[in-house]
Amino acid sequence: MSNSILVLKEISKSFSGVEVLHQVDFDLKGGEIHALLGENGAGKSTLVKIITGFHQPSHGEIFLDDEAISFNDTRESRDTGIAAIYQELSLFPDLDVAENIFIGRQPLRKNGMVDWRKLYSESKHLLDSLGVEIDLRQKARNLSIAEQQMVEIARAFSINARILIMDEPTSSLTLNEVADLFRLVRNIRKNGTAIIFISHRLEELFEIADRVTVLRDGNYVGTKPINEVSRDDLIRMMVGRSISKQYPSVEATKAEVRLSVENLSRQGAFREISFEVRSGEILGLAGLVGAGRTDVANAIFGIKPAQEGTIKIEGEPVEISSPRQAMALGLAYVPEDRLQHGLISEMSITKNITLPRLEDFSNMSWLLTQKELNVAYDVALQMDVRALHIHQLAKELSGGNQQKVVLGKWLSTNPRVLILDEPTRGIDVGTKAAVYSLMAKLAEEGMAILLISSELPEILGMSDRIIVMREGYITGEFTREEATQEKVIMAATEDVRTRIQK
Amino acid sequence: MTNQAPEYSSNQSRKKFNLLDIFTRFREVGIIVFILILVVAVTLRAPSFLTINNLTDVLMNISILVIVAMAQTMVILTKGIDLSVSSMIGLVSMMVAFVLRANPDFPVVFSVLLGLGLGAILGLFNALVITLGNVPPIIATLGTLSIYRGMIFYYSQGTWINSFELPQSIKFLSKGRVLGLPNLIYIALLIAIIVYLFLRYTRLGRNIYAVGSNPDAAEFAGIRPQRIKFIVYLLSGIISGFAAVLWISRFESAQTNTALGFELQTVTAAVVGGVSTSGGVGTIPGVLLGALLLGIIQNALTLIRISPFWQLAAQGLLIIIAVISDKLLSRRIVRTK
Repeated sequence: MSNSILVLKEISKSFSGVEVLHQVDFDLKGGEIHALLGENGAGKSTLVKIITGFHQPSHGEIFLDDEAISFNDTRESRDTGIAAIYQELSLFPDLDVAENIFIGRQPLRKNGMVDWRKLYSESKHLLDSLGVEIDLRQKARNLSIAEQQMVEIARAFSINARILIMDEPTSSLTLNEVADLFRLVRNIRKNGTAIIFISHRLEELFEIADRVTVLRDGNYVGTKPINEVSRDDLIRMMVGRSISKQYPSVEATKAEVRLSVENLSRQGAFREISFEVRSGEILGLAGLVGAGRTDVANAIFGIKPAQEGTIKIEGEPVEISSPRQAMALGLAYVPEDRLQHGLISEMSITKNITLPRLEDFSNMSWLLTQKELNVAYDVALQMDVRALHIHQLAKELSGGNQQKVVLGKWLSTNPRVLILDEPTRGIDVGTKAAVYSLMAKLAEEGMAILLISSELPEILGMSDRIIVMREGYITGEFTREEATQEKVIMAATEDVRTRIQK
Repeated sequence: MTNQAPEYSSNQSRKKFNLLDIFTRFREVGIIVFILILVVAVTLRAPSFLTINNLTDVLMNISILVIVAMAQTMVILTKGIDLSVSSMIGLVSMMVAFVLRANPDFPVVFSVLLGLGLGAILGLFNALVITLGNVPPIIATLGTLSIYRGMIFYYSQGTWINSFELPQSIKFLSKGRVLGLPNLIYIALLIAIIVYLFLRYTRLGRNIYAVGSNPDAAEFAGIRPQRIKFIVYLLSGIISGFAAVLWISRFESAQTNTALGFELQTVTAAVVGGVSTSGGVGTIPGVLLGALLLGIIQNALTLIRISPFWQLAAQGLLIIIAVISDKLLSRRIVRTK
């Protein structure tokens, strides 16, 4: 413990009864680059948020310089020299580089006015010492993502951050930019700043990290010096189970094309998207967050229709400009954001389940509440919704049970095409398994399923075919047999700038 | 996971529902307790409060409020507000009264229909501005609050219509008695029951709650939120038009300042009755009690000879207490969960 500056001991964290971290250990030495690795949902972000004081651990202790410490909020953590750079950058777009670096602590003259000359000279000195070449008077909004990151790092460095957390800093950088970033990171490490580095790109970790800690499903798997592990070791630690075990095998016969889209485009969201989904088929739509996958789903379901291209249902070209029309054509869409788009949280389970098809429970607009209740009860039973009673409000359910309600609600509309957008996000392992076997069963019954997911193992484990999107374009298509984690990641991070210029 | 039976069944759920019901109806229970305390306190100071005549007065005085509060409730349930109800009542009552002055034999039924029609036109304009124009309801109806009020002056040229200029039949509409109680009270009760059934047992009513609670999720479920909003502002106009005819009947006059400031009472009744201004939550029984509480406070303050200006202050205080108690209550529910 002697040369560790930050030690986390047996940290556990629960959100409304669901444990997302279970007795996780972590230690950080001065001047080291420590990679934090795990699948989506493994608990990396929660752990980071505990270190930055955003969340407080339910159990466990945090030691900073061998002293037990607890952070009540992010300010307390920042004051001890912990800085974090998230994927969503937090620069002020209309302030220039130097102003951004000194935001909130501009040097003042005696009369209380900002000492601009000092601000610029110190900024220049700082960037020079880090080997960063950026025009100090450039507005942040004109910088590339890589440059913005560097400004954030410079800012963190200038407030003497001893611990710098970087959450997927390379996810949207080109290879050259990554090289620049790594040079900068090594520079600040020389001064004793320790870095927690989160990335999904295993190659990078071997290039930059000293040690790696792996989390899986909220559990601590282990910490290893990077030169003692191989790529395969890391994958095994991350996945920890053979994929075939977790995902049911789907024995569905692929039949006629249920949904096909041709050259679908919407300005600023996606371009020339074409694919088809057959009856009994699960088509995986992979890609990084922000690749435009949800936009495509929204276009198909009529929430934000595409500007160009055609959608065909069972071979017939259709016009879909509202969810109502989409539903009438036999589409169902389980949206990514359960609370925002999936549920009416102030309404009961029953009312949520019957909402999209109230006309089936009414006689001239007059609701037949007993019939409604019976059907909702059957659906809840079928979906194995765990609740006190079916009048319980949706907001009182756990994430997994909420998702079951949303799934049940859409399945009860008897769709022919089911679009699932991140169907297992934020739900417990048990419910996950239930969702997977439900998908398998539906496919066997002939449902056409479009599965959007950021969880690679889920995409690889469930899909018959996989298409990959990157910045609005389809950049790869694989059959189940062809697809590997590497190929999908490669396609998901392919540089599409040359295409855009075309 | 299948070996564990689900923990609910139809019968069981109904039993638990009743328990839960009492809890979620805490608001109604709270108002009832408050009303009872108030009744006792006022009766001690002014024994004449607890007489049939006075209580009938209280009900008579809140009847039109109840009717318009029903409209306001539907609007607030969709996260909106209709500030123009008072001006709609003023304008429609003036127009109908002009017709009645010119045609003393104009049938009451036609007066009512005319009121509904005129109210529908005014409500339609609100609905169009809000849905097609995409103007926030509070701004749109603040605008029409002034526009409609201005139109009263334009239409009436500043004159007003007195009791003697109105036919007896229209006065009878609210003041005729059945079983000793004035018609107006029955009419208010009838409207409340209709709106209660509408909200609880029709598709449209359910969709009003859904849109108010989460417009995005409602749209994902195939509901057209703009259409629902359009309907509630239209209904608000129609009900205000109806209330305008009752207003002529009850107060036997139409003036340029008819119903001035009345919109605040309707909002207060709804909010005190537990309708959430963030939409999707609220019941008709609650609103009825909210209106009753307002009526009792007004009546009581008059009986114990407190200036009418304090009535406004009491109304303001009440709405703030109601909202704060809501916050405290919901926080407690979160904590005990």
